Amino acid sequence: MDNLLLMLAPLFSSKLLLVLFFGTLFGLILGVLPGLGPTTGGALILPFTMTLDPLSAIVLLTSIYCAGTYGGAITAVLINTPGTPAAAATCLDGYPLAQKGEAGRALGMATVSSTVGGIFSVVILVFFAPILAQLAYEFGQPEYFALAIFGLTMLASIGEGSPIKNLIAGAFGILISTVGKDFMTSIDRFTFGINELTEGIGFIPVVVGLFAMSEMLTQSTLINQVLNRIALKAIKLPSKDDYKKTWKTILRSSGIGSFIGVLPAEGGTVASLIGYSEAKRFSKNPEEFGKGSIEGIAGAEAANNAATGGAMVPTLALGIPGSATTAVILTGLIIHGVRPGPDLFREQPDFLYGIFGAMLIANILFFIFGFFGAKIFARITLVPNKILWPMIFAVSVCGTYSLNQSIIDVWIMLFFGVLGFFMRRYGFSVVPVIIGLILGELVEGTLRQSLVIFDGNWLMFFTRPIALTFFILSLIALAFPLIRSRKIK
Amino acid sequence: MKNVQKQKRANKSLPFFFRDEFRVSLVIILISVALLITTFTFDIVPPILNRGIQPATFPKALLVLIIVMTLLIYYLATKNPWKVEKKLPRSFFLTLSSFVIFVVVSKTLDFFLAISALSIFVSYCWGEKRLFYLLLVGIIFPIIVFIFFETILGLRFPPGIITNIYYS
Repeated sequence: MDNLLLMLAPLFSSKLLLVLFFGTLFGLILGVLPGLGPTTGGALILPFTMTLDPLSAIVLLTSIYCAGTYGGAITAVLINTPGTPAAAATCLDGYPLAQKGEAGRALGMATVSSTVGGIFSVVILVFFAPILAQLAYEFGQPEYFALAIFGLTMLASIGEGSPIKNLIAGAFGILISTVGKDFMTSIDRFTFGINELTEGIGFIPVVVGLFAMSEMLTQSTLINQVLNRIALKAIKLPSKDDYKKTWKTILRSSGIGSFIGVLPAEGGTVASLIGYSEAKRFSKNPEEFGKGSIEGIAGAEAANNAATGGAMVPTLALGIPGSATTAVILTGLIIHGVRPGPDLFREQPDFLYGIFGAMLIANILFFIFGFFGAKIFARITLVPNKILWPMIFAVSVCGTYSLNQSIIDVWIMLFFGVLGFFMRRYGFSVVPVIIGLILGELVEGTLRQSLVIFDGNWLMFFTRPIALTFFILSLIALAFPLIRSRKIK
Repeated sequence: MKNVQKQKRANKSLPFFFRDEFRVSLVIILISVALLITTFTFDIVPPILNRGIQPATFPKALLVLIIVMTLLIYYLATKNPWKVEKKLPRSFFLTLSSFVIFVVVSKTLDFFLAISALSIFVSYCWGEKRLFYLLLVGIIFPIIVFIFFETILGLRFPPGIITNIYYS
């Protein structure tokens, strides 16, 4: 009961409500604009959060996360281009339905299923995050090391694209985290005599570079692309018949999305693809999929929004990000001096339940905004890239500079922008780099401290039951893509 | 699907050193080897102060892992080639060169001027010819961003021709 009251706290704070309002609005705009999205938007807004108290800052980031994930559906339905990668599966049926003159119905279903998925996942978050945090009390350094390895292998096997390329990207992310003074011995590593690098490479320049700047370069290759936008008259609530057809799909996808979200992977993107394919598998009319099936939209949208709450579970309970956007949220927590993990649940329940409550309200807010403002948000897609991207560049540069007031950070951002572009071009996902960078210190720190505890004996890792379980799970995660590809053959 | 297979066949017909998988793998391996050599220059902690492993050991292990995995993706790519990527358009190279211009201008002249120059250059190269919009993205918007960061975040931008005038 106390926790429920703590969850409702944001409703009684005008400041938090205002932050939620703007966060949801901003998240929707980011979601609608192809190439942006909650991860890049979150990274861009991170410097601004320094002017806020920790709770308001994280509420802002989480509301952007929830609304941005939904916002991608608007563009997916109207211009056949996913606003966010998580909305890719929504295009498959959303756009054909819109072509049939039912854009309002498609968006109505996307809005309802996203909201249900989002709220479902918040319930999962409220129940499971404290349990997971409780379990984490049993974790020592070796267990955290094994957990971080498990996180990285899961990312490789479940994430999009080649698992080996994902692993290379993840290892590269960890390698970036080793730049600067070694935290145990203060010995310089990969600093090449540059003073600014002794503090290491910051998270913001890497994220903004890999997401925003690489996207700018990608957009520069697409300037002649013509997008056909379907006019939206009004967004419609799904009919009784639609609800009858889709309620099971929405619930199933909400469960799938929440589960996938908990795993450290590309959260919503993978969840929506699995949600979509499961919706097709269970459907009485699978032949309609790809031609404008309302179940297809429900399956994809419920799953990708359900992944938001799921991805917050390991982020808050263990400090292991469940997705790229939660990696940004995790950075926000760290910047504001909040260390996620079991102690957070014990010492700051008001803070945590405030976040849970804010996520719940954000889901309701984007439902309202979606219904009454989808037509306006759809118009945002009309802003030409030749105007939009130079503006994003100005914000990216100033935002990156502002954190440490370092011009080197801006150059690092540009470097990672170019690197990110080529990585994506050749099939290397940039998300594992971010997760690797975030987990790098944890991986190396726990490994080295464990070796001190074990007196240098590596085999001792396998004598710890929890660590051993994570290692076995990591092996299964690595073997999974092989088994999957053999099955497909 | 057919298109991807066609692109893959096209890739297979190229000599190995022109194929993307070879060039990408080679670049990754060369950079990794260079970094691996660098790790040998890291200071060594005397045994009495050393706790666990040396500071160079972990990055060394990571780099070896990256090299091994890169060899593995190259080996797999010889059996299942990557699809050939389209040639990059002129607009890409212009945008990329604008990044270089930004670095040079921000270092030598002015940070604000660099943002402004890049914004106008990119917008123009991407097809914007209307003066008002060029001014909007190149001058009006950067001024708004500049003042916003300066007043709300209390940010002090690096000295330069324009910023010096503003601060004086």
